[in-house]
Amino acid sequence: MTESLQSAPGPFFGEFGGQFVPEALMAALDELTDAYEKARIDPSFTEELVRLARDYTGRPSIITDVPRFAKHAGGARVLLKREDLNHTGSHKINNVLGQALLTKRIGKTRVIAETGAGQHGVATATAAALMDLECVIYMGEEDTERQALNVARMRLLGAEVIPVATGTRTLRDAINEAFRDWVANVDHTNYVFGTAAGPHPFPAMVRDFQRIISVESRAQMLDLGGLPDAVVACIGGGSNAIGSFDAFLDDTDVRLIGCEAAGDGVETGRHAATLTGGRPGILHGSRSFILQDEEGQTLPSHSISAGLDYPGVGPEHTWLASIGRAEYWPVTDADAMDAFRLLTRTEGIMPAIESSHALAGAIRLGNELGPDATVLVTLSGRGDKDVEQAARWFDMLPKEDA
Amino acid sequence: MSALTDRLAEVRAEGRAALIGYLPVGYPTVEASVEAMRVLVDAGCDIVEVGPPYSDPVLDGPVIQHAAAIALEGGVKVDDAFTAVEAVAQAGAVPVVMSYCNLMIQRGYERFAQELKAAGGAGVITPDLTPDTGQDWIAAARAEDVDTIFLAAPSTTRERMHLTVGASRGFVYATSLMGVTGERASVGSAAERVVVEARAAGAEFVCVGLGVSTGVQAADVAAYADGVIVGSAFVKALGDHGDMEALRIKVQELAAGVRGQS
Ligand SMILES: Cc1ncc(COP(=O)(O)O)c(C=O)c1O
Repeated sequence: MTESLQSAPGPFFGEFGGQFVPEALMAALDELTDAYEKARIDPSFTEELVRLARDYTGRPSIITDVPRFAKHAGGARVLLKREDLNHTGSHKINNVLGQALLTKRIGKTRVIAETGAGQHGVATATAAALMDLECVIYMGEEDTERQALNVARMRLLGAEVIPVATGTRTLRDAINEAFRDWVANVDHTNYVFGTAAGPHPFPAMVRDFQRIISVESRAQMLDLGGLPDAVVACIGGGSNAIGSFDAFLDDTDVRLIGCEAAGDGVETGRHAATLTGGRPGILHGSRSFILQDEEGQTLPSHSISAGLDYPGVGPEHTWLASIGRAEYWPVTDADAMDAFRLLTRTEGIMPAIESSHALAGAIRLGNELGPDATVLVTLSGRGDKDVEQAARWFDMLPKEDA
Repeated sequence: MSALTDRLAEVRAEGRAALIGYLPVGYPTVEASVEAMRVLVDAGCDIVEVGPPYSDPVLDGPVIQHAAAIALEGGVKVDDAFTAVEAVAQAGAVPVVMSYCNLMIQRGYERFAQELKAAGGAGVITPDLTPDTGQDWIAAARAEDVDTIFLAAPSTTRERMHLTVGASRGFVYATSLMGVTGERASVGSAAERVVVEARAAGAEFVCVGLGVSTGVQAADVAAYADGVIVGSAFVKALGDHGDMEALRIKVQELAAGVRGQS
């Protein structure tokens, strides 16, 4: 028997991962690692998390057959894992509830978080309201503009939202700013990291909190008659994807496909497809693939989707790619938006633009595999936040000069 | 022994602390930044930290972020840092580089150490590399006799202090407070404790950085540390237009401070 690939502990996944951070943060990361190691095997923690997942988030999330959509995917059977139905509208809440509980456990009173699309910020602000924590969210200025609705949601929930005007004014700069805050306030502040990247323990811990997606979906598929031929998920930093993959990692017949944002197309240079177009380096505390120039300066990324617009990727994905266990496909803005419209029109389900990248991957895969195939797609979030942006893309807004 | 420890020992024999000035290369232009580093030396810096700008400087506050962004827009390259190192050495101060680790990794640790050595550089300060993940770098630096300068913070535990001091050569960089670079109204009271703890762990030379911007602050820190590191205050004095005179005046103020003449 070969060793299981599931729930790899970190800090390194193969040669990727680690803790490349200022010394000032090492004590906090050690404290967090230690607290998490204890919490994950403490029934008072795990049972509370299960209770919150059931009574607050609304888990388990269902899976939905989408036959009218699937006609456009080579007639393959396509099923959606409905993380969009979670409270707050995406998978992000799974991770946040775990980290917020952990914050309480280590006695800190303030949480900070970065957000791109705003979904992680909304989830963090929600958990902070629920658990009485002070909450500050960093968000790139460009993202506050394209995701204005979520900014208002966070503020309504009582969080302070700080637009970040430096650098590329997107997710990556929001992470830089959150790290700066953390270094200065680490005595009473916990950083609730939103994706399966960053320094250890975040990649492994966030994966563990998101693992519920594949634990549920694997059992749901077996109940329906068997494992799928492939699991498809979108990749920003990689949290919904790693959560969607983990329980399937040892099912070698199940293909695992992560869909990266290819923006205008990888060949144009205006994209966020890190595993397709990047190479190894250090960004935000871990060694992974990053989009960078020859000298090691991080390159600006581009995607229509704020949540995928990130020039890095979680180290476990880089490792899974390097050992050939998972595949990573680039999906352009245009293909993602076509898939967005298709699911909305054929099934009455409006996906997040992030998740639409996975849907586009499923269409491509279904056409490749044909009608005998079964494809499980993680619908990581709903599209409410994207209505204005999608309406603009499809030219459906009333003309200002009309 | 190294150029750094030699210089720090000389300064100690004079009964004062060293003044260590930081400037990012390429701000406001490559040429002006190299000239500014000569001003640092001329006006009283014993050691100069040359900073190759990095796109994601998580340990820097607004002043240095701004300077790095301008330098990068101007097309600064890592090679320019080695040019600046050479200029500092020629001007008579000991040059070190302060670099985020991805720039070093992409060049290759061995090559980075070799090129630094060839330019006359004495060591590298690594703000986002700790001894834990810095083993490859330490090996490459030792092979070239380049000093490895690691940071210690107010949050550094006793165990980690031993690790940090054990892996550092040249001096230990004690950060005076929990936070990023930038001027502060007062240097944190934690600074002295970090210095004492570093010495207790066996550090021969400990220099204090973060938040020092006035002669009075420098004099305070000089009372217990081997060196006073000043960055943002010099960057701000230099400014977007490369004001060498304003820089000179600021450096002179700090140089008087480390001599207890503030
Ligand atoms: C709905 C949705 N899906 C996916 C992502 C991408 O994040 P990750 O790759 O961590 O799942 C985001 C991030 O904002 C999101 O909001």
